[in-house]
Amino acid sequence: MTTRTARRTRRTLQVAGAGTAALLALGACSSSDDSSSVKSDSSAPSSSSDKLSGTVTVFAAASLKESFTALGKEFEKQHPGTEVTFSFGGSDSLAASITGGAPADVFAAASPKTMKIVTDAGDASGTPATFVRNQLEIVTLPGNPDKISSLKDLTGSGLKVVLCDKEVPCGTAAQKALDASGLELTPVSYEQDVKSALTKVELKEADAAVVYKTDVKAAGDKVEGVEFPESADAVNDYPIALLKDAPNADASKAFIALVRSAEGQKVLTGAGFLKP
Amino acid sequence: MTSTAKPDAATGTLRGGPRRRRVRAGGGRGAPLPLLVPALIGLAFLVVPLVALLVRAPWRSMPEQLTSAEVWQALRLSLICATAATAVSLVIGVPLAWLLARVEFRGRGLVRALVTLPLVLPPVVGGVALLTSLGRNGIVGKWLDSWFGVTLPFTTAGVVVAEAFVAMPFLVISVEGTLRAADPRYEEAATTLGASRFTAFRRVTLPLIAPGIAAGAVLAWARALGEFGATITFAGNFPGRTQTMPLAVYLALQSDPEAAIALSLVLLAVSIAVLAGLRDRWMTAG
Amino acid sequence: MTETHGLGAGTGPDGLDARLVVDRGTFHLDVALTVAPGEVVALLGPNGAGKTTALRALAGLTPLTGGHLRLDGATLERTPPESRPVGVVFQDYLLFPHLTALDNVAFGPRCQGASKTEARAQAAQWLDRLGLADHTGAKPRRLSGGQAQRVALARALATRPRLLLLDEPLAALDARTRLEVRTQLRRHLAEFEAVAVLVTHDPLDAMVLADRLVVVEHGEVVQEGSPSDIARHPRTDYIAQLVGLNLHRGHADGHTVRLETGPAITTAEVLSGPVFVAFPPSAITLHRGRPTGSSARNVWRCEVAGLETHGDQIRAALTGDLPLAADLTTVAAAELDLHPGAEVWATVKATQTHAYPV
Repeated sequence: MTTRTARRTRRTLQVAGAGTAALLALGACSSSDDSSSVKSDSSAPSSSSDKLSGTVTVFAAASLKESFTALGKEFEKQHPGTEVTFSFGGSDSLAASITGGAPADVFAAASPKTMKIVTDAGDASGTPATFVRNQLEIVTLPGNPDKISSLKDLTGSGLKVVLCDKEVPCGTAAQKALDASGLELTPVSYEQDVKSALTKVELKEADAAVVYKTDVKAAGDKVEGVEFPESADAVNDYPIALLKDAPNADASKAFIALVRSAEGQKVLTGAGFLKP
Repeated sequence: MTSTAKPDAATGTLRGGPRRRRVRAGGGRGAPLPLLVPALIGLAFLVVPLVALLVRAPWRSMPEQLTSAEVWQALRLSLICATAATAVSLVIGVPLAWLLARVEFRGRGLVRALVTLPLVLPPVVGGVALLTSLGRNGIVGKWLDSWFGVTLPFTTAGVVVAEAFVAMPFLVISVEGTLRAADPRYEEAATTLGASRFTAFRRVTLPLIAPGIAAGAVLAWARALGEFGATITFAGNFPGRTQTMPLAVYLALQSDPEAAIALSLVLLAVSIAVLAGLRDRWMTAG
Repeated sequence: MTETHGLGAGTGPDGLDARLVVDRGTFHLDVALTVAPGEVVALLGPNGAGKTTALRALAGLTPLTGGHLRLDGATLERTPPESRPVGVVFQDYLLFPHLTALDNVAFGPRCQGASKTEARAQAAQWLDRLGLADHTGAKPRRLSGGQAQRVALARALATRPRLLLLDEPLAALDARTRLEVRTQLRRHLAEFEAVAVLVTHDPLDAMVLADRLVVVEHGEVVQEGSPSDIARHPRTDYIAQLVGLNLHRGHADGHTVRLETGPAITTAEVLSGPVFVAFPPSAITLHRGRPTGSSARNVWRCEVAGLETHGDQIRAALTGDLPLAADLTTVAAAELDLHPGAEVWATVKATQTHAYPV
């Protein structure tokens, strides 16, 4: 029922809304029906011989903000005349917007589960590909004043710990790690996304949080990261997919290719992501 | 006043329409089209989304959704916090409104602008502002923590603080407007009878502006009840402690839109019931 | 309140002794006022003359920028309104709409520290004295204008003020109620043992209610005296108009008063030096042609500037040799075929004029 609702809504939106976008989307539809999947595309060199133009709209998980912004600039440099715009946010909200009819070309999610919302709705074109993986890390105040060295240390009383809400990927992953090690942890708050969790530690409102390694890295020296062995049980795959109704499919494919190229991987691992 | 009056005025147009037309028919024509058409569009714009919620509501799974303990926990917390935030706003907001309306001082315009700032501030920014001021490491919160051992973030009190921060301007603006409209000479009359300015305020002005205060309180309460951004930023999200209905709705939306709709309807029903109840009791005078 | 009162008692004469100076931008008020206990003084003047400002200054609602204010010997300039032994009856009464008549009157005693029961008992007595025993439970909006006025008076008197101020006490009433309330108010004021000052723009109210009138124009006292003195000897055009007299100023030499504008008036009195000459509009007789057989000593050529009905009479405004107001009957006006622009001759007998030194 949800699917049908979402698709109907989108159609209405497009008809009522931007006419050009709708036309482009129709074109993209017919061309991508028989076109190869994203996977086969990824082998193509990033410097496509075709002249690319227009705007690529990328919906990406909040944790990708820094690296994707850099890759977007790189893409625009390689393909003059193109423009990459991003919408970063919780993967679930983004997935909900996409199934709700938001006009996007590419979706990069922080978990297969959220990507599944989009593929189940039939809104993805081809099979999503995992382009990076992210590992959890404990983040503490600078200098780790509470001497936290393991996941178990977080369960100590008097410590204010925030986790991501179980509905968002970083929360799911953290719960998985806690379950795997048989630990019970009552946080002071279940934050709505990973950045909010990190912010609480940055502002010293919480003593520790469980977030992605990439987020810890992005926060610089405002926080300190503590690796923990249980994180291996909760590595998050990040899938990326071209969307079925992508208004600018060609340029979008090229952007996905850039993300998966050696060059793209270098930027992503530099930000703390693991190779797939 | 406006928020409670709006839905009523809307239904009034629906119900009172034919009657009014009949009355006007004697004197001339009905409402002119250039007003009527946008008015009806406006009405539809406000009402259709609510109707959509009703249409798409998972009526079949509703009983199950509504009997879950989490829903009631969140609803109870929402009502308690919104009421407490309104109480806080009344205690400090009414005197502030009085100051703005009755006392001439330099920079009054600036103070008024500052008071209304939370109205335009994105609530999330308000939440961050509260963290940096009243948080454990905030410029004021630091002292609250070290002197009294009080920390507000992640507590129910924090929810009340966040809601009051966002809702109080509504009360202050409303009460200040009422105070400006009220005749200040009643206060003067009271002082000539031997009342201090505070007694005059308490025994004369306050009863006179009671309808305005009630209207402002209802506005503030409604705003506090729906508050999301500042709450989740400042107080976090923990079921039973800081997870109010709007937070529960938002997080449910991530995975279970049907549950989110069900929760929204509960919130909607409760607020309509409360606002309608208050209107009958308080608003008639105003 | 009693403290302030007690403090000053004995250090000076009883009653009010004030010089009220209020400077507010372009408006300047400087009014000296001395009133004995038991005396009722009316501040009379046109709108904007500063009467209400003077009253507010007495009550402490408008700060003085100069002068002094002593009541029963106590200095009050710096005393806040709530600590002054002053009661005010406001123009529109300002009865607290959310309180009953009884609680309105009990408000003052309560503020002075009386218990609720005590204050209500006192209030009931005051209402009873003013003939309102049946209306103690009524909210102000259910009281008639006259009743509300009496409640306001009771409320002001219940604080036992040493200075009672009344701002246009009858202005809010319709003509019929006014007559009745005026009589009652006069009785109550006569019973009041301390100083009473009322402000009005209505000469009749002032003359009926007050023992003495103080006429204020442009923030200054222009004349003061007993009602009859003022009625007979107006010294400004405003007062002359109020009391319905033609007033001219000139230089007397024997029976003749030469006006600054040229024409002369023959008077009954023999005076010399600067004088006022006053005569009522009814003393003037109008003629279409130059009167020949008239015994009147004063004959002026005039032109009708305007006509208006004045009671059952016609009042003609005249210009020409000198500005005049003349009253005549409707029949006379018709016979004379009066219309604006018509040329007329006005005669006044010397015996009907009244001259007095400036």
